[in-house]
Amino acid sequence: MVELLYLGAAVLFIVGLKMLGSPRSARRGNILAALGMLLAIVVTMVDSEILSWRTVVAGLVVGSVVGAALAIRVQMTAMPQLVAAFNGFGGAASALVAAAELERTGGNFSAEIGSVVAASIAIGTVTFSGSFVAFGKLQGLIPGRPIGLKVQQAINALLAANVIAFSAWGIASGSLPPYWLVVAAAFLLGIFGVLPIGGADMPVVISLLNSLSGVAAATAGFVIGNSALIIGGALVGAAGLILTMQMGEAMNRSLANVLFSGFGGTSTAGEMSDKPVNRATPDDVAIALGYADSVVVVPGYGLAVAQAQHATRDLGEALEERGVKVTYAIHPVAGRMPGHMNVLLAEADVPYEQLLDLDQSNPQFPQTDVVLIVGANDVVNPTARDDATSPIYGMPILEVDEARTVVVIKRSLSPGFAGIDNPLFYFDKTMMLFADGKAAMEAILKALKDV
Amino acid sequence: MSAVFISGIVVFVLAAFVGLEVISKVPPTLHTPLMSGANAISGITIVGAVAAAGIGEGTVAAVLGFLAVTTATINVVGGFMVTDRMLEMFKKKPSKPNG
Repeated sequence: MVELLYLGAAVLFIVGLKMLGSPRSARRGNILAALGMLLAIVVTMVDSEILSWRTVVAGLVVGSVVGAALAIRVQMTAMPQLVAAFNGFGGAASALVAAAELERTGGNFSAEIGSVVAASIAIGTVTFSGSFVAFGKLQGLIPGRPIGLKVQQAINALLAANVIAFSAWGIASGSLPPYWLVVAAAFLLGIFGVLPIGGADMPVVISLLNSLSGVAAATAGFVIGNSALIIGGALVGAAGLILTMQMGEAMNRSLANVLFSGFGGTSTAGEMSDKPVNRATPDDVAIALGYADSVVVVPGYGLAVAQAQHATRDLGEALEERGVKVTYAIHPVAGRMPGHMNVLLAEADVPYEQLLDLDQSNPQFPQTDVVLIVGANDVVNPTARDDATSPIYGMPILEVDEARTVVVIKRSLSPGFAGIDNPLFYFDKTMMLFADGKAAMEAILKALKDV
Repeated sequence: MSAVFISGIVVFVLAAFVGLEVISKVPPTLHTPLMSGANAISGITIVGAVAAAGIGEGTVAAVLGFLAVTTATINVVGGFMVTDRMLEMFKKKPSKPNG
């Protein structure tokens, strides 16, 4: 009977995830999945012989308060950090479940249980420490650029080998200490694995950590022999894996390349920066926009940093009132997590139909009068298409240079995250407005009233 | 390998394929809510955590269990709530621009 109830919870997860995939049903899908979780928790409380309710209730209360506070208070621009933190907590929980089982039994397992205990501890711990390094980078506590030594890959290989060796030792000896060494090695592996990965690669990393948190839960399910954990974990592992692949595809980079190349950061700035650019004032931009028939806005991470989503919406609406057709072109890896820009624009009430993805927007650019780029750089860099020597060569870009006029709002000429200069900035048709994204949008809106 | 373990592997593999099938065509707009919703589901490990925390006070296992319940609950409650918050924004009717 209990098994069937767990199965019911798993079915609710599957149906919920399925509904999360379509805009109409997404919210109900999420609620359905939450109900599945509630069912699983209630069944567990009734079924397992709980001797100390105090501990259980205390954990539930503390966790609920912290989780709810984080969920209610987070700003939409900080969503990538929050998801990273939640991934980390999930990974930690799975590792702790396996660790508790280890303590309870004294490590005296069959080889198969020993191996899943070790896997759960290792994957959960890597997810935990890796997610919090990602959190630190996104929150600006740790520099976003790749941090690494030349020997980084050797260190990580060594740590991974240690995780495996200590696991094997633990399984063979049936004693506890080797497992704690697994924890230590996995903890360091998570840190050193994510540190060398730069900010622009965060969409891939967060998706991967998401996937790992699912795999950790599934392995914990093997440890305690619970099919709800195995199913739920496998679903999340698969979902995260799909997103990871899609993000990698959107950057034309393999997962291995993202994880091991320590891309960018070594700044090659200055090489082209002496070239002249067309500096524009908010008035110039307002005139260009005000007399256009069609405008495509291209948001990037800079929009999130400047909290410019509402000001951008205001400008878009003002243009629409003048009869200008306004759409938004969103690159799959714009921002710091999959769908980051979509969330921000949804927060600002930009209609869903105005958001175009890569495939929808590229055919539009040749018929577009003005492209307005706010805080995006690498995803509009023509070298990705034209220059085989460019580090980002082959990455699909938004081909904004096909439009008649390009306006770039940027704080300075500094190269994007990848440390690659962007020839787009020096084109004749490009107007550079050097300002904070939000301030620029407000200034353009003000100037537009006089056009 | 024990029969229980093997049937666990069967369940895992089948569930992974269900996941790949169910999620493969999600529009980019929903990527973030999908991820945070999936993330909340990964908090299912709370089931193991509750069982571990309840096995008796004063043991190391119970302390680990308490930490597991706490972190898993943060994951579950926070994850579902923030996903709902995001999806609520997506739901706002586009035809009514408000200033």
